[in-house]
Amino acid sequence: MILTGAEIVMECLIREGVEVMFGYPGGAILPTYDAMTKYPQLRHVLVRHEQGAAHMADGYARATGRVGVAIATSGPGATNLVTGIGTAMMDSSPIVCITGQVPRGTIGSDAFQEIDITGITLPITKHNYLVNDVRELAYTIREAFHIARTGRPGPVLIDIPKDVQNEKTEFIYPEGPIRLPGYRPPSSASEEQLADALELIRQAKKPVILAGHGILMSGAVNELRELAERAQIPVTLTLLGKGAIAEQHPLCVGMMGMHGAAACNYAIQEADLLIALGMRFDDRVTGNLKTYSPNSRKIHVDIDPSEINKNVKVDVGIAGDVRTVLSQLLPHVPSKQHIEWINRIRDWQEDGDERDIVHHDSGDKLYGAQVINDLWHYTGGDALTVTDVGQHQMLEAQYYPHQRPHTLLTSGGLGTMGFGLPAAIGAKLGRPEEEVWAVVGDGGFQMTLCELATAMQENVKVNIAILNNAFLGMVRQWQEFFYEERYHATPMYSPDFVKLAEAYGIPAMRVTSRDQIEESVRFARSHDTTVLIEYAIEKEEIVYPMVPAGADLHNMLRRPKPGEK
Amino acid sequence: MSESQKQTVVALVENKPGVLNRVASLFRRRNFNVDSLTVGRTHKPHLSRMTIVVDAARTDGRRIAANLFKLVNVIDVKLVSEEPYVSRDLALIKVRTDDADSRNAVTLICDRYPARIVDMGVKVAIVEITAQEDIVESLIRELEPIGIVEMVRTGVVAMGRGVRILDTDYEPPLKVAETNGNYQVYGV
Repeated sequence: MILTGAEIVMECLIREGVEVMFGYPGGAILPTYDAMTKYPQLRHVLVRHEQGAAHMADGYARATGRVGVAIATSGPGATNLVTGIGTAMMDSSPIVCITGQVPRGTIGSDAFQEIDITGITLPITKHNYLVNDVRELAYTIREAFHIARTGRPGPVLIDIPKDVQNEKTEFIYPEGPIRLPGYRPPSSASEEQLADALELIRQAKKPVILAGHGILMSGAVNELRELAERAQIPVTLTLLGKGAIAEQHPLCVGMMGMHGAAACNYAIQEADLLIALGMRFDDRVTGNLKTYSPNSRKIHVDIDPSEINKNVKVDVGIAGDVRTVLSQLLPHVPSKQHIEWINRIRDWQEDGDERDIVHHDSGDKLYGAQVINDLWHYTGGDALTVTDVGQHQMLEAQYYPHQRPHTLLTSGGLGTMGFGLPAAIGAKLGRPEEEVWAVVGDGGFQMTLCELATAMQENVKVNIAILNNAFLGMVRQWQEFFYEERYHATPMYSPDFVKLAEAYGIPAMRVTSRDQIEESVRFARSHDTTVLIEYAIEKEEIVYPMVPAGADLHNMLRRPKPGEK
Repeated sequence: MSESQKQTVVALVENKPGVLNRVASLFRRRNFNVDSLTVGRTHKPHLSRMTIVVDAARTDGRRIAANLFKLVNVIDVKLVSEEPYVSRDLALIKVRTDDADSRNAVTLICDRYPARIVDMGVKVAIVEITAQEDIVESLIRELEPIGIVEMVRTGVVAMGRGVRILDTDYEPPLKVAETNGNYQVYGV
């Protein structure tokens, strides 16, 4: 079958199981857009900014576990993808970005809308390609999807010159195994590693599991629960690991790190064994590395060998798929009890509960923590939430316990403001049966609010909850603590969000008191379209606990107990 | 800086445009400090080989190897300095030979090294040496008082001793001659 390069792209996407692409047309990608007309089974979602396309592909990928696809033209179309690609890279999200490039003959001549996007994205993609020969296109796309979704997943970019999209060749889909000699993700642990790990588990009196995104991506949720229950090991979660174990499970202590539960951080610091599973000891979870969990032996399982011993030196480092390694380990894991240790952690948790703002009488004030807590309550704790970045994100992580895997999508590693709305649209398209809430702040929402139009044009229902404190709240919090309350460039003017929504044809309401929150959830559920709810919250709320950047993990700023100063 | 701190990493890479760039970009991004990096072809046109020397006190060779291993175009990586290996550095050193004393001195020094004079003029001579890095450096120190006016070094290349062979039977899906320049024959 003789096909053009553009048609080959479509044929390959279909064979990769792609159902939806997020993109924006332009000169150098037009042949591919024209070929789309012959493949109506591939849904194209027209975004308002290419960054939105990358975030939607990312949200789709995180929600479904499948590869998300973003398409853009050359030059500015391609550069607009960059933030989204970086976001996917830092959080190991499998996306494939296809960009148009100027024709081969003009590459290097500073042609109109020419940009070296493979050069620009080199450090923020798992791999990228500039396809110089139409005969390589099918191989390349197949490789790209394989690389994006296997091993430690990540973004892959394919840059295709316009004339390669137009060039015709005999299309033969490359069946058979993919031959990538330099690409061998590790899979399992050696007998020796298993024996070493088991010995540490046997000896431990105060063990803690640190569960990360890898548990979710490798599908090791059941294995994790079995390990925790069998050996009675408390489980702490990274931000991206939320959902790895049901958060109301008695062994789940909560989220660790800078804004994690104090009980988690105390437990990690006092532990005699850390079992780190599919996490990477990011500085936001370790605090000061010199004083991090000083008395513990450490087991680290991660699919990326370069993560082992990168930040934290470990006693047993296993480069492997965490589900495979846990399946190897489980048959030998002894039944254990750690009653004293677990009670100690419970005491820390009770102390935390006493300080919790949602248990305090706040009069007629509305706090972000209460909004999230009540959203959790009225949505039955079962929504798929997508956050932006900032205070509301940390509040979501603290006050919305997730019971199921893949129900919290958030930009953890890169901390990309503007992620929330587009990622929620992508997530909803991937999992239409879910009740999707985009929980955003007034700052981040205004970075990508143009995608409201995308939601309406594509009939995507997302419930947008804006926590509006008229501040860049997290930056303001840092200014309060570390810059003597000089609130420079953090007070935020915003449009009337309700009127703004109405201009897009989006039903909207404003919530100013806690007793309206239940009604707002009913309001959101009563519409088939995207809805927007603005929660006007206290301007100067603080997210506690907080480990100041670089401080020891146990030296948290805590919210005072009632009656304490 | 003692020689024992040096670590040598060898990487077998696909001979494609941009691969050197990927490696260099990785070093920059991860803040790896590299003493030398050499690239050359192998006996297979689709494969190149890199030798990377690092000072272990500043950059851990194992971390470099682990990160190189992740690059899709890197077929294999070995930290060859962990086991017996052979390494060679080549230098061309142009020295002053504008009087009888200097000419004699250069000749005598070269006799004690695996070095030879490859160009002798009335004002300058070019000395060539191929040896282990520390021997090359020792020669340079001896020639320095006579007067080095120009010098170039290739950087270290290395190979494990014995039957520890770093190779692959991988063949690319398209042959070099068939492609539109995606496999370059000359360098990466």
